[in-house]
Formats: sequence, structure tokens, C-alpha cells
Amino acid sequence: MSSLSIENLSVEVNGKRILEGVNLAIPKGEVHVLFGPNASGKTSLLMTILGFPNYKVVSGEIWFNGVNITNMSTDERVRLGIGVAFQNPPAIRGVKLADILHNFLKSEPEAKKKEIELCETLNFTEDFLSRDLNLCFSGGEVKRSELLQILAQKPSFIMLDEPDSGVDVENLGVIGKVINDFLKERSGLLITHLGYILRYVKADKAHVLIEGKVACSGKPIKILDQILKEGYGWCEKCLKIEKKC
Amino acid sequence: MLKDREEVLKAVDKPASLGPDLEIKDYIREAKALYSCPVSSLPKEIADQSLKVGIRTDEKDRIGTYFQIDHSVVFQGFQKAFEGKIELMSTTEAIKKYDWLKDYWWKLIPANMDKYTALSELNWDHGYFIRVLENQKIMFPLQACLFISTNGLNQNVHNVVIIEPNSEAQIITGCTVHPNVQRGLHVGITEFYLKKGAKLTFTMIHNWAQNFDARPRTAVLLEDDATFVNNYICLKPVKSLQTYPVAYCKGSNSKARFNSIIFGVGNSNIDLGAKIVLQGPRSKGEVITHAIASDSSQIYSRGLLIGEHSDSKAHLECRGLLVSDRAFIHAIPELIGKVSGTELSHEAAVGKIAEEQIRYLMARGFSEAEARSLIVRGFMDVTIFGLPDALRDEMRRIVDETAKGVL
Repeated sequence: MSSLSIENLSVEVNGKRILEGVNLAIPKGEVHVLFGPNASGKTSLLMTILGFPNYKVVSGEIWFNGVNITNMSTDERVRLGIGVAFQNPPAIRGVKLADILHNFLKSEPEAKKKEIELCETLNFTEDFLSRDLNLCFSGGEVKRSELLQILAQKPSFIMLDEPDSGVDVENLGVIGKVINDFLKERSGLLITHLGYILRYVKADKAHVLIEGKVACSGKPIKILDQILKEGYGWCEKCLKIEKKC
Repeated sequence: MLKDREEVLKAVDKPASLGPDLEIKDYIREAKALYSCPVSSLPKEIADQSLKVGIRTDEKDRIGTYFQIDHSVVFQGFQKAFEGKIELMSTTEAIKKYDWLKDYWWKLIPANMDKYTALSELNWDHGYFIRVLENQKIMFPLQACLFISTNGLNQNVHNVVIIEPNSEAQIITGCTVHPNVQRGLHVGITEFYLKKGAKLTFTMIHNWAQNFDARPRTAVLLEDDATFVNNYICLKPVKSLQTYPVAYCKGSNSKARFNSIIFGVGNSNIDLGAKIVLQGPRSKGEVITHAIASDSSQIYSRGLLIGEHSDSKAHLECRGLLVSDRAFIHAIPELIGKVSGTELSHEAAVGKIAEEQIRYLMARGFSEAEARSLIVRGFMDVTIFGLPDALRDEMRRIVDETAKGVL
């Protein structure tokens, strides 16, 4: 059974079509990569999977672990085991990182100890938890904070939106290792532009999204090499002749 | 009477320049005289109400207490260890005891400013006198409670706080009413004098009632190297509240800061300002206001920074959150630079909760209602007060408890 299965999904935002007939199946235990030029719909696909209300599903279905989640609220989907690390999370004054961790860990014994362990895993000191969420975080802090929340949530499926963008080499090493460890026996969908994160994370399959459509699917390294060599013009050609790579 | 009575009498009908005008005769002046008693023996409903405004009748972590109910001083005292270090008594007693106190009486606020100052002078109902003597660092707070237990009552207190040179103190003032009190008028005159090198953190919590009116009048004078931090919390319904405290940073390197967290509930009309006048070299000021307007509340959030010295700097920040379409927030930040070299700035933002923030928290498993509540409570985060950890946690508990009731 697939962890996530997307069937013929078309989505609109403010009346504008942004995803068109997308089909995607991520089997349990597999990690897939989503490539695509800017504004091709990658982040929109993640937001739709999360059920953000301004992403209107006009046709198709989203299934998660055999449950049709197409019409569920975001928090219901999250409680079923979907986790996300956003690319640019909003700053929220007065809300602390600790508030989110407490919510995820509230039913666990020794929650406080667990919080401290998670902080150590991601090179945070404990006082970072009392900082306002995402307010004046550096690029590396944003990425690590997003992962920290996922680690506390322990979802069975995670979506990572450019976990490697705007991150220095040291942070990339930490992030890469944490993601790789966490993804063992879990499923995931990963967006990356330049593929730095793929040095640390073993992905099973890649898909290229062009103008809201899946243009091709294949081996991640092979597709990445091709994109880096020839740009997305190569994929656009694929889309035009409608064939798989 | 310490002021020219004729001047004061002329002001008895003079409306304040801001806020709804009140008919003084609508409030009663008769209150039962209450005898003094140990603060720990106050009735439970009074103790419970007081605790909600930071006043502990068990006096845990407090070094002294002034407790006034209606027009009676029911308790005043402090720990023996602080004898010769601090003074705490009613202003009626202090003015009899110290002839020099007249030099601090109505010196920062004109008694004829408006009908409320005049009322306070003509019908003066005590208030507290707190003085921290020279070179004393008082690390635990002193507390003062101004309580109203008679429905419809007018209470006029006049407080004087003097922090002598190189001393440091924290004061918590809680103003509240008995659960049976629905209406009334509280007028509080407070004059603060911070001498050279003095530091004061003054935290005030108001919990009034649906039909209650409050007109505090506050002014602060800072000498060289003095620091004044004013923290203000008002989260419960009030019919009308109008106040515009002012700090005069007269001394060199003097610093004043006003932090406020206000929550407009029901039909509350809240007009809250803060004014800082930078007069000394290297004087600094900061005003931070977080205002949340719900239901049909109306909030005016004012701030005025006046730079009178060429080497001075101040910043004003007003954040307003509208959680109801019937509510109203009017942010009025004002800067007046009178000399070149003064640096004044402000930022003001009024709006509703950003959808993006709600979605983010929902992606962390919170329901939409939980996400909204978390954001609103975050808006009331007392970290902006810069209090010591223990007091900050205590204030956070008070805000959380109050927020539970209003959210």
C-alpha cells in the first residue's frame, strides 16, 4: 500500500489552475524527490497535500495510508501522521518553539528530557525553545527548527520543502544527517533545487513538475544530472512529447 | 489643602482632553470605614481577586504590602529586615509625618489638569507612599493593592514613590474590585521621583468591571542615570479607561520604558497612552504596546516621544490585533523633535491574525481555534516586560489565567 497516493489532482488558487492532473504514488518506506523550475507548483503540491484552504481541489483525490484525506482539515491530516518542514515559515511573535514541542510531546513520559535531547540533536541550546517562533532566526536556524518540530511530531510521512536552501556547509551536514536518520523506515517527499541534500539522503525516485504537471519521473541522480547539465528546457521538451524519461 | 483651592475648584467641571467625559455626581462617596487587619486575614473573595492582579495576601516573595479597600487603609507594613531601608505608609500619614513631602506633591501633575485631578485633590482617599532609601537594592517586590468593594463608589488615591540615589526596587500595584462591584470610578494620581542612579520596575495590573471607569494620572521624573520601567496589564472588561502617563528623562543617561499589554473585551473603551520627554544628554525612551481588541471594544493606543536634547534617542512600537469585526483600534504614534540630533522612531501595525500563521500552527497539529488562541496569547507575552524570571513567570500565570476567561 502507498503511504501517499495522489490521483489525477487538479488544483486552483484564486481561480487560477496551478496543478493539472497530477498522479503520484509514494510507497511506504520510499523517499521521492520533486524537481521543477520556480513557480512550477512544487510548494503548491505540498500545501494541497496539507489541505491549506486556499488550495482548492477541483478534481482528483489524495489518499494517505489508505484514507481519503482530500476533504480533511490540516490538523486532522497532521494527526494522521503527515509532517512538514516549510521553506519559509512565518514568524509568530510571542509563540515559542516550546509551545509546539509541548503539544507534540504532551502525552510522552519525561517530555522535558526528550525536548532537551531533541535540541542537542539539532545543535540548539535549550533557551532557543523560548525564542519567538521564526522571529529573527538565521537561515540555518529556520531549517533546524523545522526539523526539530518534525522530530517531536514523529510523523510517518514527511514533506521537506527545500531543507538545503540558504544553509551553510556545517548546517547542511547536521540537517542532512538528521533527515537521513529520521527517514529510515519512513516515507517522504523532498523538494530541492540543487540537490545538495541528496548527498546525505538516499531517495528512491524523482519527479519533475513543469507548469503544474508531472513531466517525467525516474532515478533521482540521473534526473538531477540532466537538469544541472541542460536546465529544465530538457524537461519541457519531455512534457511536449508526453513521454516518460 | 496643599494647592491653591480656588485654582482646583475652577477645574472641577473641566473635562479631560481625552476619553469619555464622566459625570462625577453619578458615583457615590460613602463607604463603610474598615478597620485595619493582618493582610493574611482578608476574606477569601478579596484575597482571590487580589491574586489576579499580582497581590499576594500570603505575602510570599513580597517584602511589603499596602492594602486599601474603598477609602480605608486596611494594611500597611513590611518585613523587619528592611527597616531603615524602605518606608511604606499611606500618603495621608506620610504628609503629616514629613513636611518635605509637599515638595513632591502635585509637582509633576497639575492638580487643576482636569476634573479628575481636581476631584482627587478635593476628595483625597489616601494612596501609598513608598520610599526606598539611598543605596538600597531591594530584590523582591513591594506590593500595593487599591481595592473597591462598594458598588458605585468613587475612590481617589494619590500615590508618591521616591527612589533615593543608587537604589533599586520593584513595585507591583494591583487595582481591582470585589466580584459584587459592577460600577464605580477610580482616580489614581501617582508621582514617581527617581533620583540619581535609581532603578524602578513598576508593574501595574488592572482588573475592573463591565461598568467601571478608571482615570489614572501618572508622571515620572528621572534624574541622572535613573531607569524607570513601567509595565501595564489590563485584560478584563472596563467601561472606560483613560490614562496618558508621562516620563520626564531630565537627567543625563536616564531611561524610561513603558510596556503595555491590553485586551479590549465587551464594550470596553480604552484610551491608553505613554509620553516620554527626553531632556537630558544620552536620555533614552521606549514605548511598546500590544493591544488586542475583541467584541465591540474600542482601543486608542497613543504614544508621544519628545526629543528636547540633541543627544537623545527613543522608539515607539504599537502592535494592534483585531479579533472581531466590531472592534476598533486607533494607533496614534507621535514624534516631536525639538533639536537636531535627537533620534525618534516609531512603528505601528494594526491588523487581524495572519492566515499564514494559523495555517502554520495547524500544520503542527493545532485546531484552528487552538491556533488562534495560541497566537492571541502569544501577543500577550510578558517577555516584553524584561522582568526577573520568577516575577515574569508569575505575571505569565496571571495573564494565562485571565486569558482563559476572555478567549
